[in-house]
Amino acid sequence: MSEVAMRSVRGAFDVERVRADFPALRQSVKGKPLVYLDSAASAQKPRQVIDAVSAFYSHDYSNIHRGVHELSERATRAFENARLKVQRFVRAASEREIIFVRGTTEGINLVAQTWGRVNVAEGDEVLITHMEHHSNIVPWQMLCGEKKAHLKVVPIDDRGDLDMDALRRLLGPRTKILAMAHVSNALGTINPVREVVELAHERGIPVLIDGAQAAPHLRVDVQSLGCDFYTLSAHKMFGPSGVGVLYGREALLEKMPPYQGGGDMISSVSFEKTTYNRLPFRFEAGTPNIAGVVGLAATIDYLDTIGLEAVGAYEEELLDYGTAALKELPGLRLIGEARHKASVLSFVVEGVHAHDVGTILDQEGIAVRTGHHCAQPVMDRFGVPATARASLALYNNRDDIDRLVAGLRLVREVFA
Amino acid sequence: MSVDPALRELYQEVILDHSKNPRNFHEITEATHSAKGENPLCGDRLSLYLVVDEGVIRDVGFRGAGCAISTASASMMSEILKEKTEEEAQTIFSAFHDLVTGKTEDETLGKLAVFAGVRDYPVRVKCATLAWHTMRAALSRKEEAVSTE
Repeated sequence: MSEVAMRSVRGAFDVERVRADFPALRQSVKGKPLVYLDSAASAQKPRQVIDAVSAFYSHDYSNIHRGVHELSERATRAFENARLKVQRFVRAASEREIIFVRGTTEGINLVAQTWGRVNVAEGDEVLITHMEHHSNIVPWQMLCGEKKAHLKVVPIDDRGDLDMDALRRLLGPRTKILAMAHVSNALGTINPVREVVELAHERGIPVLIDGAQAAPHLRVDVQSLGCDFYTLSAHKMFGPSGVGVLYGREALLEKMPPYQGGGDMISSVSFEKTTYNRLPFRFEAGTPNIAGVVGLAATIDYLDTIGLEAVGAYEEELLDYGTAALKELPGLRLIGEARHKASVLSFVVEGVHAHDVGTILDQEGIAVRTGHHCAQPVMDRFGVPATARASLALYNNRDDIDRLVAGLRLVREVFA
Repeated sequence: MSVDPALRELYQEVILDHSKNPRNFHEITEATHSAKGENPLCGDRLSLYLVVDEGVIRDVGFRGAGCAISTASASMMSEILKEKTEEEAQTIFSAFHDLVTGKTEDETLGKLAVFAGVRDYPVRVKCATLAWHTMRAALSRKEEAVSTE
């Protein structure tokens, strides 16, 4: 039995054992032990994932779906096994509903450019929320611009919670699709996805969920959530960058036109006519990120052995600890205090720009994100140009929070 | 925990002073030249106003929101550019740019030498140069906003 499996059997979440799996955490930055609090931007990788990618490149690498030779068969098997793993991970009904894309952003663009272009017409409405990442705003804006449709926005309150009454009002006869984050990257808000899906489905409106920030922290079950599309990125969940997943309900995917043209998405081609391949290959043109997909499978194995339920409970406790610690600091204002929150501490320090906060923390070896987090409308909503964001993952501990607090005291000292 | 010398070099007293009390922090309604600058990385925004008379910059004002480095840079620039010719302004821009990117240690920059610490923080060069790029855009009467990205 592997170390990780042993850990899971014992049932306790042992953060120090988890930390030992991540080589990047064992280094010094600016002469101080690294404190990595930027996992919402991109997460570090466990050696189990690094080793799986390395082993794949060392022994089994080849192109997939075409070769008749041994290596191509091995690579194809690894790639398609990964698809089954993803299907189980998000609890999809069929592996035909799992499409490999470059990441969450491409997943959203795929839906906007295929489902959207067929189903959205002049005067129609696309509904998003005020807490979306730019990648869940711009693809819809582009679609609406092309179709002369309208982008409608569900407001959020001062805590960072979705205004559900407004959402009910905004779901109208012209609403064609609702696209929304599961967890907000800038505020940490966990949205009531199941409830929103029910409201939308009562009116026959499909729902796309941007799961980029949810997948590393929560158990995702697309059937229980009821959503029609769900998209995520491997790099946020401790896997390789440049690979992600779009889940789509088979009935919808079947009716969608192709996304990109090229190899793997076709059955046969003549200059007169092309017959498209079956699902899910129809949406996977070109040689994909094969090793990335293999790495994603290793990531899922890793998360499964640790248990996302245990991760969620641990992170909630850590978030509470961090929230209390930051609230004690004078002149610090938390942005985003939703009732249900995950992993994000976004804040401003009175009289100090977030960028300066980031530089001073970096000098102490502490990595946080500063800026608008690709969510400028959220910054506008809270009247700040930018925030500093400390985002937590399963490998963070209380010591990381204590170091952050000490770093923030230093910020006050520099700017005193 | 004490303040690291490299940090103190970056955030010198004069920079902190200018960032907290920016000079010439106002709009000039009768400006002959103006431009907007922004740094999408951190959300810094700056509007710059110049009064140019026969090739000489008579008055400078700016508004905006930014980090300490970008605000102090704009504030000190606004003081230094007054009564300089357009050519002199361009020369100072080049010298300043070389200073913060670590290409030279220009003795002629006077007070602006406090920005030398920026060269150790490559990611902050854009903050230090935002106002200066905006000044060049204003002088060349560029319509669109200047972006450091």
